[in-house]
Amino acid sequence: MTIPAMIVPALTAIDPVPWARSQMAFTLAFHIILVPLGVSWAAMTLIANYRGIKHDDQDALHLAHRWSKYMAVTFAVGAVTGTVLTFEFGLLWPRFMGRWGEAFGVPFAFEGLFFFTEAVFISIYIFGWRRLKPWTHFWTGVPIAVAGIFGSISVVAANAWMNSPQGVTLDSAGNVTSVDPIGVIFNNAMPLMAAHMVIAAYLVGGFLIASVYAAGILRGRHDRYHRLGFIIAFTVAALATPVQMGVGDSLARWVFNNQPEKFAAIELVPTTSTDVPETLLGQLNSSGEVTGGIPIPGLASILSDPATGTSTVVRGLNAEPTGDRPTNQEANVVHLSWDIMVGLGTLLFLLTLWYWASWIFRRDLPRSKWFFRAAAGSGVAAVVTLEAGWTVSEVGRQPWIVYGKMKVADAATANTGVWVTFIAVVLLYIGLGVTTILVLRGMSRRSRDSDSRRFDDADVPYGRRETVPEPEPTVR
Amino acid sequence: MSTTAAVILFAAVTTYAIFGGADFGAGFWDLVAGDAHRGQRPRDVIDHSIGPVWEANHVWLIFTFVVLWTCFPTAYASITLTLFVPLTLAALGIVLRGAGFAFRKAVFRTRDRRNFGAAFALSSVLVPFCLGAVAGSIASGRVPDGGAPGDPWSSWLNPTSITLGLLAVCMAAYLAAVFLVWDARRLGDADMLTYFRLRAVTAAVAAGVVAVAGIFVLHQDARYLFNGLTSRALPLVIVSMVAGVASLLMLRDRARPGARLAAVAAVAGVVLAWGVAQWDYLLPQTLTVATGAAPNGTIQAVIVATGLAALLIVPAFVLLYTLDQKSLLPEESVSDAGPTGE
Repeated sequence: MTIPAMIVPALTAIDPVPWARSQMAFTLAFHIILVPLGVSWAAMTLIANYRGIKHDDQDALHLAHRWSKYMAVTFAVGAVTGTVLTFEFGLLWPRFMGRWGEAFGVPFAFEGLFFFTEAVFISIYIFGWRRLKPWTHFWTGVPIAVAGIFGSISVVAANAWMNSPQGVTLDSAGNVTSVDPIGVIFNNAMPLMAAHMVIAAYLVGGFLIASVYAAGILRGRHDRYHRLGFIIAFTVAALATPVQMGVGDSLARWVFNNQPEKFAAIELVPTTSTDVPETLLGQLNSSGEVTGGIPIPGLASILSDPATGTSTVVRGLNAEPTGDRPTNQEANVVHLSWDIMVGLGTLLFLLTLWYWASWIFRRDLPRSKWFFRAAAGSGVAAVVTLEAGWTVSEVGRQPWIVYGKMKVADAATANTGVWVTFIAVVLLYIGLGVTTILVLRGMSRRSRDSDSRRFDDADVPYGRRETVPEPEPTVR
Repeated sequence: MSTTAAVILFAAVTTYAIFGGADFGAGFWDLVAGDAHRGQRPRDVIDHSIGPVWEANHVWLIFTFVVLWTCFPTAYASITLTLFVPLTLAALGIVLRGAGFAFRKAVFRTRDRRNFGAAFALSSVLVPFCLGAVAGSIASGRVPDGGAPGDPWSSWLNPTSITLGLLAVCMAAYLAAVFLVWDARRLGDADMLTYFRLRAVTAAVAAGVVAVAGIFVLHQDARYLFNGLTSRALPLVIVSMVAGVASLLMLRDRARPGARLAAVAAVAGVVLAWGVAQWDYLLPQTLTVATGAAPNGTIQAVIVATGLAALLIVPAFVLLYTLDQKSLLPEESVSDAGPTGE
């Protein structure tokens, strides 16, 4: 047998399922970083814009100009990675889409509407800097922020439906016979999941942008402009963080009541019992016992239902047959991600306490270099927290793609070439990610060097090349 | 109800073919404009022409997909299962194109600019070809309904698919050139007006040749479609041909505004003719629109979303378009568009 004759059958026999999962996970993990920027940056830009007009604050206006330009770049990249996802739903999961598209697709019909609005108004806002009166221009930015919120609610509604597939009637063969769109969109998992994601978008967006200005301040850029950039973004994050802890807590309790296997994986509970400890780190070994980690006695039971305290029964992974719950390996991933999310989230919360304390007692930003060092790292930490939280949600749902109704393995494509597209997508996205960062840095450096306070939309994706100098944006 | 959904779907496809097609076509002319020096002026016109609105045009593709998978889920599953390769290529091309769009204006070194420009331009040809080929596969009945995928290669590398892929590239180039003639005229650039007029005619002739060749190909390779095109879709075919010729005549005659409208009608005619010709099949000849449709509740929701979109987005587009026109003063000619780019 020649070598190609051996290789070809080997390659065509490659199971597409793990590759399809990897590709979906990778492209979503990439896209989800752009989501917070798409959702919350517009709001922060509008805060700066409002301040700029209201208080005749040139620094704030300058900030709003520049943010709107960077925002246009990240939005354009997010639009592309989002488009890829619409291809992937079918390319990777045709059997899922074929059977559930009529329900799963409903929230996306509305998402399309909001995405459309966002895209058009970003163009208008970029264009409007020099063509509209200041307040008119400000109001053309508002739909971007509103559509961003509702767009992400729509997408999360579809994802929540996978966790709580309601609003459909099935025949005896399990096929959808009728759909109640309201029931699909407003499924039980949707309100808390949507709130958790929207607040996460503000939290992560706030920390991400604040971290850039914190790094600038550490490098000695103490001017008002940098302080303002930091304060607006960090305040948004500092408002979102405590709210997020409350919403996250409620969502965990929803999971406890509605997806016991996911909850068992989160808390690393192999067998059903009362007085379940909260295990920090640790993992399940091959025989399904908890090893390592620091157990805090009774805490998982207490948190699951404070009313019944340590006597709260937590269902273990073993309560479900092996094929219907996350594997031990998946449970370990879920548990570790959970610890990362809660751990980093708590650290970020402490950082915001420092910030608030400083404002309350000193009426000023913290002076400590350590605060700004921590703030400079908060952007990356927030992104890691977001990715970890998303991993908990998605891996915790395994093996189901539609909870209790269809398994991931039954949803995947039969195309054996997915490993090729996976590699191509990874390479392409690495290039895309690196270029995005380089381009943003380049834009930032250029505008710092030129120190021009004039808004120029020549280098913005949605802008047009301008040649005739126009007056500065006027402020009444 | 299912018919309404099919109409919305085809309206979205047609809109994407027009707006997206014009964008892709502009990318095509960017690709063939020559080296950095020679291609400078045409590229400037192209940049001017498709600055603000173009990425919003992309939304039509997403909308098409969403309507397809929501209203006709099994058809979407069958299409993606069989046409994995061309759709993946199209998706990768869209990433490249979008990245080129996002970054080209933000980088200032000519070499980087050219690299991003090349990514943008090449994918502008790849994507319409693949999507045209996908249309050809569906229209020629090579996407079977149900769980069994069609052949991963011959399903889209066949006479009908290749013809329609080429036709898509030609039509995109033609549409873009007609739009660019108009833009050159607005910019008062007589040289570029002649430049793009020549290209519009060339692309139109190429599209015509491919279309005529296509008639023979379809006769051999996609009989159901051929029969549809020569019977119930015949009026649309004729409208498309007349509009195509009319737009060329109007172009010759000092680039009248009607030329753009006629070019749009020509392209819309072709896409709609495809839809009417394969009616009432979604996937000829295995899945009809009625059988493939989602339950009524779903379709109602999509109709509501579409209605809201029309209500909200049309005024927004008008505003954007007005602002776009406002910025382009007659004296602002492209020839002095130097300092920002180089």
